[in-house]
Amino acid sequence: MMKHLAVLAALLAPLPALADPDPADWDAVTAEAEGQTVYWNAWGGSTTTNDFIAWVGDRVAEDYGVTLEHVKLTDTADAVTRVLSEKQASENDDGAIDMIWINGANFAAMKEADLLFGPYAEQLPNWAAVDYEGKSVQTDFTVPVEGYESPWAMAQVVFVHDTADMPDSLGSMQALLEWTKANPGRFSYPQPPDFLGTTFLKQVLVDILPDPAVLAEPVSDDTYDDVTAPLWAYLDALTPNLWREGKAYPATGTAMFPLIADGELDLSISFSPGAASTAIANSELPPTVRTFVLDKGTIGNASFVAIPYNSGSKAGAMVVANFLMSPEAQARAQDPDVLGYGTVLNMDALSDADRALFDALDLGVATLSPAELGTVQAEPHPSWMTRIGDDWMTRYGVAQ
Amino acid sequence: MDKGLSLRHVTISKGGAPLLSVHHDIGPGEVLTVMGPSGVGKSTLLAFITGTLAPDFQAMGEVWLDGHDITHAPPHQRRVGILFQDDLLFPHLSVGANLAFGLQSGGTTTERKAKIAEALDEVGLSGFETRDPATLSGGQKARVALMRMLLSEPCGLLLDEPFSRLDAALRAQVRDMVFDRARARELPVLMVTHDAEDARAAGGVIVTLGD
Amino acid sequence: MLGPVVAGLWGTLLPAFGHLPAAGITGPSLDPFRDLFDWAGLPRAMLLSVSTGLIATAVSLLIVMLITAGWSGTRPFRLLERLLSPLLSVPHAAAAFGLAFLIAPSGWLSRLVSPGLTGWDRPPDLLIVQDTWGLTMTAGLIVKEVPFLLLITLAALGQADARRSVVISQALGYGRLTGWLKTVFPRVYAQIRPPIYVVLAYSMSVVDVAVILGPNTPPPLSVQIVKWMSDPDLAMRLEGAAGALLQLLLVIGALVFWRLGEMAARVIGQRWIIAGRRGRFDAITAQIALGLGTASALAVLLGVVVLTIWSFAGYWGFPDALPDQLTWRNWMRHGPGTMEALGETALIAGIVALAALILTIGCLEAEYRYGLHISQRGIWLLYLPLLIPQTAFLPGLQTLLLGIGADVGRGPVMAAHLVFVLPYVFLSLADPFRAWDVRMGTIAAALRASPNGVLWRVRLPMLLRPILTALAVGLAVSVGQYLPTLLIGGGRVATLTTEAVALASGGDRRAIGVYGLMQTGAALVPFALALLVPAVVWRNRRGLRHG
Repeated sequence: MMKHLAVLAALLAPLPALADPDPADWDAVTAEAEGQTVYWNAWGGSTTTNDFIAWVGDRVAEDYGVTLEHVKLTDTADAVTRVLSEKQASENDDGAIDMIWINGANFAAMKEADLLFGPYAEQLPNWAAVDYEGKSVQTDFTVPVEGYESPWAMAQVVFVHDTADMPDSLGSMQALLEWTKANPGRFSYPQPPDFLGTTFLKQVLVDILPDPAVLAEPVSDDTYDDVTAPLWAYLDALTPNLWREGKAYPATGTAMFPLIADGELDLSISFSPGAASTAIANSELPPTVRTFVLDKGTIGNASFVAIPYNSGSKAGAMVVANFLMSPEAQARAQDPDVLGYGTVLNMDALSDADRALFDALDLGVATLSPAELGTVQAEPHPSWMTRIGDDWMTRYGVAQ
Repeated sequence: MDKGLSLRHVTISKGGAPLLSVHHDIGPGEVLTVMGPSGVGKSTLLAFITGTLAPDFQAMGEVWLDGHDITHAPPHQRRVGILFQDDLLFPHLSVGANLAFGLQSGGTTTERKAKIAEALDEVGLSGFETRDPATLSGGQKARVALMRMLLSEPCGLLLDEPFSRLDAALRAQVRDMVFDRARARELPVLMVTHDAEDARAAGGVIVTLGD
Repeated sequence: MLGPVVAGLWGTLLPAFGHLPAAGITGPSLDPFRDLFDWAGLPRAMLLSVSTGLIATAVSLLIVMLITAGWSGTRPFRLLERLLSPLLSVPHAAAAFGLAFLIAPSGWLSRLVSPGLTGWDRPPDLLIVQDTWGLTMTAGLIVKEVPFLLLITLAALGQADARRSVVISQALGYGRLTGWLKTVFPRVYAQIRPPIYVVLAYSMSVVDVAVILGPNTPPPLSVQIVKWMSDPDLAMRLEGAAGALLQLLLVIGALVFWRLGEMAARVIGQRWIIAGRRGRFDAITAQIALGLGTASALAVLLGVVVLTIWSFAGYWGFPDALPDQLTWRNWMRHGPGTMEALGETALIAGIVALAALILTIGCLEAEYRYGLHISQRGIWLLYLPLLIPQTAFLPGLQTLLLGIGADVGRGPVMAAHLVFVLPYVFLSLADPFRAWDVRMGTIAAALRASPNGVLWRVRLPMLLRPILTALAVGLAVSVGQYLPTLLIGGGRVATLTTEAVALASGGDRRAIGVYGLMQTGAALVPFALALLVPAVVWRNRRGLRHG
């Protein structure tokens, strides 16, 4: 009887997980990757990013025999949920998602819940040229990355204005508030919890606080109310003068471009310094649009890709992640005619030929040079983003 | 008896209430006319004989045709031809194809075509093979329907108010045509009607229901 | 077909009471409901769900009844009838985009009259699309529900002997409209009650139209449920499940409310009939109804036109009535993506619609051969999947599907589509199938055709047009499915509808134009073929031309 039970138990025991590829053995990775299909879950609301991802797909198919499928999300959290559901359902070997465009709270949540494969990022061959000292690619919203996601683009908040209607740039959030009083209905920001929307809230906080250092620490109940009080006072003053009096908000950052083009908005924000130039090139924005940053600088961060623990194509996903950090892909992403994203690479670590790829780029009329972009303010700890986002929902997201 | 249509102790009821009872033999070439006002279940009797009685009716008794008990045979194996007051030509088929539908299977295409041409010729409709049935006159339709039925070589013939849609002039003509052919083929005929003139013209036994 | 619905509800019920063992949370507990009721937006979200549902249903019904009463049998009515198929085939999402592009402050209507009539050289800062009260969203639902209700009303009219009733009441001195309402309406309404309930349940829980046209501060409950369900925080999932149950209760409550309204209307209506008034305002009422009906039809058709313009637009600044230049660029850019999505859409819709058609014909033929009757209760059973809000059982179904290892992909998506497609195909084919003269079957059997022979050689060819129409209905319903594709497909199944709605958040009107147009085409072409093919096949058969 006992013997039978033992056999039964052995049969029912979960099969040992398939061995994961070792990122340090790159030849083995590329060999395994050939013929794999990688489902990259990435936000699909922007046709320029969609086109770029399609190009990446063509290139990795050509060089590595990897098929890349872009799963277009409206919200990155959908992908996080998906992996969670799969874990609940014990789908541990071949989940629906092989790679996610991710950062911030979603990364923190997935890392915390052990939903990510890694560490792998710093073993990828192209990591060598990444500017991990100068750019914040080893922490993601103050959460240590530890190789569980690999960077592929740098983003920084810029303000986008149509100089035909609003000739001058603004130096501070306080100046922005004054300007909206004089020009009601001409500014808006995407509705939190949209990524750019919450970034705007953080940008306000970082700019109006005398000492934003407190934001680097996790939120504590003791200080939360005091720290955020100026933010709510600011928003209370701002909201009545927003577009549609704050009763409706654009869904995303790109949704604000048509509003500028139609003349509904004079001013909006973007997390991509080159996006305005790209939009001008695509006739989505009028040629009179320019960008500016605040006197004290603006918030910046990196975009990453991460690989879920249950991806069935980890090798293929690493090949794509590595390709995204290649000078070829980085230079293309920075081209304002393509994406206009900032590079994560260190120019000094590149060969002359590779550096020439970047030097040849015309950043576009509306794009600020690295010097003009000025100081990059650090992202607050993600717990701020969650808490402020929730509070915003209660205060303004359910406006009567 | 061998040939002919026999209704043996046929009783049809609905929800326990009897509608009609018939016990009758119809010999080859004979006509039985069942009369009665509408609503007494004349058509129900025909549905029983064709095997298409709706399930909310209950029937007892037997139907024999040419020495076979067909009471429980599937409708398409009973060899009972039927004509309704409407011609009911298949609207998606040409006149020729309607007749071909009725014609017993077998024979080469040429032979089949010849038989169809012959049948059309017999009722004065030569060359009508490719016509759309919807373009025919009432009398022409009735004739095609008759020939379609006869080509299927039935062993008995049921008529459900067959002439009531035709105007007076046509009516006698079509009626004679139907009865002539039934007699010529020695078919037992069961006709239900509420028209006394039709009953008289049939010249056979008349049973009246619903009294 | 009830299996998936019941299973999905079960999968929603457990987490709603705090039971999600797979995530290490075991119940029962009422915390999810506590969290739900703590959400500040809840009263408003519930109100929006109820108000948009009731108003959209009541207004669509009113428009359709008044138009039918005042105009059936006339030339304008026949024109509307002819527009029905195209209006029906425009998917909800495309119609919603079209409406937004029309009536937004920077929309086409505003451009057409600016700056000439309005003096606007910039769009006014008016909250029209995504308005707080959900009026635009309600309008978006109405323009799509009017053709649907008109279609089922036309089907019911055939059995109501309407023409003679109206003639008689007119002879008694009643106005055409009043006479119709007093004599025909009660019979017609009894027939179209189930689909009206479907419209009510659907309007209360719709997601795609609400995402495009609905308010966001807060959104209607259904949208918020989908947001909760996709939140990385598991506790939100429980709250979402609780919200889904609340949504279900709201729908049930609204249906009960509607039923009570019917009873009240019955009492009032009988008094009105007995009072014997002949209808003094018939003419003006009929004019208004026709105006509203025309406006709702125009909103859809012009919406498709403006989608078309955007899909070809180069730079198009406000207040220009037309783009600076028309270009193929948008199509070159999005064409390949749409073709891929079209392939996926066509594959899913084709298989699902065909399966639904085969099942339907099988059911109806069995009913005919074995003399079965589908009772009124059976009809309600058929409607049940359409009466349960999708948001209430699809998330649960997704979790269950994952649990049994039936992972993502086309198969489960097709199965989920079938749940929604089958009732529509059945409802579309049942009447013409049953209306077929069974004496044709008797004749054919008497001519010695076997039951299968009768089906294949006589019944199906004669019913070619309704069969193709039912197939087209099935295709259109499948093409328009958003939530089942999104949730059950796990994002891997990209159809024209999921791609188009995903674009909504980006606001790229050119891309939306391309996708919306492709989506409309995918639903419209089958309808056109359903008209064209029988006309060609039966071009020499007059008896089938109007069948």
